[in-house]
Amino acid sequence: MGIKKRKTEETIFKALMVLACIMVGSSLFLIVGTIVVKGLPYLTWDMVSKIPQGGFYIGEEGGVLNAIIGSLYLAGGATVLGLCISIPISIYLNIYLKRGSFLSKSAKLAFDVLFGIPSIVYGAFAFSIMIWMGVRASLLGGVIAVTLLIIPILVRTLDEVIATVPKELKHAALSLGATRWEAAKVILRQIRPGIYTAVLLAFGRGIGDVASVLFTAGFSDNIPIYIDEPAATLPLAIFFQLSSPIPEVQGRAYASALILTIIILVIVVVSHFIAAKQTKHNI
Amino acid sequence: MTQHPLISVKNLNVHIDGHHILKGVNINIPDKSVTSIIGPSGCGKTTLLKTFNRLLDDTANVKVSGSVLVSDEDIYAPDAEVTHIRKKMGLLSQRPYPLPMSIYDNVAYGPRIHGVRKKSELDAIVEKQLKDTSLWSEVKDRLHGPAAKLSIGQQQRLCLARGLAVEPEIILGDESTSALDPISTHKIEDLFVRLKEKYTIVLVTHILRQARRISDYIIFVYMGEIIEFGPTEEVLLNPREELTKQYVKGFIS
Ligand SMILES: Nc1ncnc2c1ncn2[C@@H]1O[C@H](COP(=O)(O)OP(=O)(O)O)[C@@H](O)[C@H]1O
Ligand SMILES: [Mg+2]
Repeated sequence: MGIKKRKTEETIFKALMVLACIMVGSSLFLIVGTIVVKGLPYLTWDMVSKIPQGGFYIGEEGGVLNAIIGSLYLAGGATVLGLCISIPISIYLNIYLKRGSFLSKSAKLAFDVLFGIPSIVYGAFAFSIMIWMGVRASLLGGVIAVTLLIIPILVRTLDEVIATVPKELKHAALSLGATRWEAAKVILRQIRPGIYTAVLLAFGRGIGDVASVLFTAGFSDNIPIYIDEPAATLPLAIFFQLSSPIPEVQGRAYASALILTIIILVIVVVSHFIAAKQTKHNI
Repeated sequence: MTQHPLISVKNLNVHIDGHHILKGVNINIPDKSVTSIIGPSGCGKTTLLKTFNRLLDDTANVKVSGSVLVSDEDIYAPDAEVTHIRKKMGLLSQRPYPLPMSIYDNVAYGPRIHGVRKKSELDAIVEKQLKDTSLWSEVKDRLHGPAAKLSIGQQQRLCLARGLAVEPEIILGDESTSALDPISTHKIEDLFVRLKEKYTIVLVTHILRQARRISDYIIFVYMGEIIEFGPTEEVLLNPREELTKQYVKGFIS
């Protein structure tokens, strides 16, 4: 190929890349812009400090504190529970099992499949478990559904993070006479920043998902106190408010979306900040 | 071999994924000396080294038969305690991999997992090992700084100090100087020569000059078989086997 042709090729691809970046950037800008423009006028102090008055569908008074708290409880609870389950799974698959063993390969394939299953299926599955256990739509039910939903995300992300750790680091610990659990602790230290990324992804998915909590968490105008009480969530609150015929209530849907976006933004910033502080000793 | 063998390999066969990687290896590695394993790449040097501290256990589909005796104890016996076996051997890999912690904690890691808790004791171990690896003067002011900030050569000596801190009998090195600059290489080689007073050292190397400089004995491996084993000068200057002759002269690599 002549140098001229190569240069043209380079120019074309550079233009395509810039175009893609502009498209992504502007759609993000449009989404956030729409929410801010439509939601900001309704984002009063009452919105974040009060529970709804007069019902979601028609209520123009009060706020969505019930949904904010409900969402934080659900996503937070599911993330903690999910981590408690996925970290041991990842350690087992990557550190206890031999590299490339049949069991570890098949388990990873299974998690890939689970990762691709739509959240409504998790909702339906959790719902059937709840019926079997005699649990009604509640915070507990929602946490179960969201936990099931985010475990594959956590396991897969942790998997990829652990894969970046050279096997020699594990071997270094083992050759000093460490047990596999002690070697796992060294690796967990090494991947701490990656754990925050995993938490971030899982929490973000959990707090934003509607389908998995639709049947499982229920909805309530009150802030749940016990885990067997139904709990409102921001995504569902947005859904109900948007379907209202009253323009003010629709505006409150955008304000709720803005609140949800701000929560996620705060989580992203905080986790990046923590992750950056954790890399000091990393090789 | 006049010395008592510390590592004694008897009819060792290793299969990985159905491939016969080590074929009927018999070898006696003498105590308190440097033994180099040489041979073309892919011939099984690393695999042989990994059978000594059972790191091969971490590979899938491995079949090991035969026995490896370390101080007359069969490390492949069903009741062998693998952490105990590994504690007896320090491993120095191709590139340094410091643990993700401070310089001090790297050296103290081994003693800590084996039960040393007293700070004064740990302090003493850290200082001694860093001095033995000539690192003390370079790092004594930043013991609690990250090990990852050291130069590659310093990191490799730190890894050696870390390994020595668990008081092994044997030091295993797998091309431990191949990532280092000439000066750092020289420092590590000097350390090996100094350490053989107290330890048995087994090194994999592909640099014949290095093998000649520092080792007392040489094992030549070719396609998974031990072709020749003997004192360094004999193997390198006056090989008995035709294959060794060709390898030493650079005809096969
Ligand atoms: N984990 C593994 N899976 C499959 N084959 C392996 C593995 N490790 C080593 N081998 C094979 O064993 C042979 C010897 O490898 P190795 O001991 O690393 O050689 P050397 O260190 O002498 O270069 C090579 O042919 C290599 O392909
Ligand atoms: Mg090798």
